[in-house]
Amino acid sequence: MKKLFQTAAASIIALTAATSHAEDIKPAVVFDMGGKFDKSFNEGVYNGVEKFSKETGIKYREFEVTNPSQREQAIRKMAQRGADPIVGVGFAQGPAIEKVAKEYPDIRFTIIDSVVDLPNVQSIEFKEHEGSFLVGVLATMASKSKKVGFIGGMDIPLIRKFACGFAQGAKYANSSAEVFSNMTGTTPSAWNDPSKGSELAKSQFDKGADVIFAAAGGTGIGVYQAAKDEGKYAIGVDSNQNHLQPGTMLTSMTKGVDVAAYNAFKSAMDGTWKPGKHALGLAENGVDWALDDNNKSLITDAMKAKVKEAREGIIAGSISVHDYKTDNSCPAL
Amino acid sequence: MSSPSKALPAWIDVGVIPLINILLAFFVSGIVILIIGEDPIEAVKIVVYGAFGNDYNIGYTLHYTTNFIFTGLAVAVAFHASLFNIGGEGQAYIGGLGVGLLCLALDQYVPFWIILPLAIAASGLFGAAWAYVPAYLQAYRGSHIVITTIMFNFIAFSLMNYILVNVLIEPGQMSPESRDFLTSAQMPTMQEAVGWFGIEIEKSPLNLSILLALFSCTFVWLFIWHTRWGYAIRMFGFNENAANYSGINTQRLVVGTMCLSGVLAGFVGINEIMGNHNRVMLDFVAGAGFTGIAVALMGRNHPVGIIIASLLFGTLYQGGAELSFEIPTIQGEMVKAIQGLVILFCGALAYMSRPTIERIFTAIVESNGTAKEQTNG
Repeated sequence: MKKLFQTAAASIIALTAATSHAEDIKPAVVFDMGGKFDKSFNEGVYNGVEKFSKETGIKYREFEVTNPSQREQAIRKMAQRGADPIVGVGFAQGPAIEKVAKEYPDIRFTIIDSVVDLPNVQSIEFKEHEGSFLVGVLATMASKSKKVGFIGGMDIPLIRKFACGFAQGAKYANSSAEVFSNMTGTTPSAWNDPSKGSELAKSQFDKGADVIFAAAGGTGIGVYQAAKDEGKYAIGVDSNQNHLQPGTMLTSMTKGVDVAAYNAFKSAMDGTWKPGKHALGLAENGVDWALDDNNKSLITDAMKAKVKEAREGIIAGSISVHDYKTDNSCPAL
Repeated sequence: MSSPSKALPAWIDVGVIPLINILLAFFVSGIVILIIGEDPIEAVKIVVYGAFGNDYNIGYTLHYTTNFIFTGLAVAVAFHASLFNIGGEGQAYIGGLGVGLLCLALDQYVPFWIILPLAIAASGLFGAAWAYVPAYLQAYRGSHIVITTIMFNFIAFSLMNYILVNVLIEPGQMSPESRDFLTSAQMPTMQEAVGWFGIEIEKSPLNLSILLALFSCTFVWLFIWHTRWGYAIRMFGFNENAANYSGINTQRLVVGTMCLSGVLAGFVGINEIMGNHNRVMLDFVAGAGFTGIAVALMGRNHPVGIIIASLLFGTLYQGGAELSFEIPTIQGEMVKAIQGLVILFCGALAYMSRPTIERIFTAIVESNGTAKEQTNG
């Protein structure tokens, strides 16, 4: 009992010490169109900032943008209210952050998925092509037909970057592998269209694919269901989705959006927030493939070895993964 | 358009009844806000201040209003020929594409005063072209315009996406957007415009396109009620057979009306692309085409009504955004629900309160009448 008391007291002291060192921050986040429950990117950020809020008890301001004119408006409003740091979600907010960050040079801004070159802006990008490469390797190795599929959400360069990395990985594991690629749509509703995801998955299965990687937000749910119904494999995206359809989910390509958002707030609180460009790839654990109890029976030792080899090769630089963004084209697709 | 029963004075029909409907909508919204545990009076204050509290907020309100005037007029013109143009969204989107392509092609070579008329023409032309195909199919093939214009919205989204992602995007960037226009292709903002007269206001997306919107209102009013073509359109709207019998070429009329509708919707591109974003981008219409339907319904397809209804929806958009900013528990969806209630009460339930008001009105008139008789007698 006494010991318990001591530990409690110690932890209370530690806690107060921590808070007294920490800066008093008023964090804010501006979600983009699609909203914070888009089962994808925005939701990742939401999970990250919620975690921060629960841990520290610090409340944050938030706003969900519903039309393009509101981006700049909302960010400026946050700045006017003295919010600091302000996290902008998604590449579309780049120009807005740039404008407002110039007007408020003393406020710290973090933009996720875009680069704004200003002394008070932290730009966080992910090397999605590297993570997609790894799940591409796993997909081909798990595939019996050596035909694998990719289903994207909205047809934008970011998603083509996923597709391109995936195709390269699939062909790295077996140069004769065939990759099918489909996009769900051309509007933001493509992020949340499970029935269309299911249709696209079925058509790819009909063409002979037996592993499908979905980078499509909520649309992916339909893809995973279709894979389960037909006894094929699917690969999740953004967060670890292996638990969604255990036995069907081969793995997930994790993109640490939640961690990035959490860190932006946390580092601002600790005073370790740094501006500049941060590209988070395999080496920085920004992207990865997920292995847990739900899928460990599906991943053989040979697959583990191959993906380890690819991973180390990418980090060391001996394998270079083409980034769609650099020239807006993909030789592997 | 036509009143269903006993004639009421016009000021009650177009003034009092819409006002009561809006108040009813706000009343129900207030109850909803109360249910989620917030103070409705406070919410109203935030909405009003958010929309009209300072020049910056007014700028945003009027910017949205400008969009709604264009799309509202577009829907109204088609309504007069009893055509239901649901394609305002796509026509506005493609109109913006037209403006963008023109600005990108010319902004390095010619000054603003040459680009402006060409850009207006391009927005109208592209918008009209997007309305032309459904109109042709309706007039000559009998494909229902509601279906085809909806379809054309989706085709517009896909076309725009394709062009931005594959053609107009700048290499090495993630965002599917064109380059920024040079200043020669930027519509002066209201801040700049009033600056010429020595007045200072905050910079907001409000720009001179609002003058084009007001001009369009005047034009539509003249066109629909004071020209032969307008008469033909209204006649066709009331009775297709009668129009046909009196020698109007109804097929050409359908195509012409829809093209005019497309022109008006396309002008949204001037306001958003040339006036606000100064680059071609995704989703800039953001539902204005669909809101235009509600605006036209509420405004009784009359330009004056459309201006008022546009202002109301501009207020709801801007004030609503402020509301979800100030009170985080009232989220974007909640604001949409309030907008939906306004549409419900002013559109679908527009005649719900009418019989009651009629009864009250007749009672008042009669009691006045008897009072007068008594004094006379």
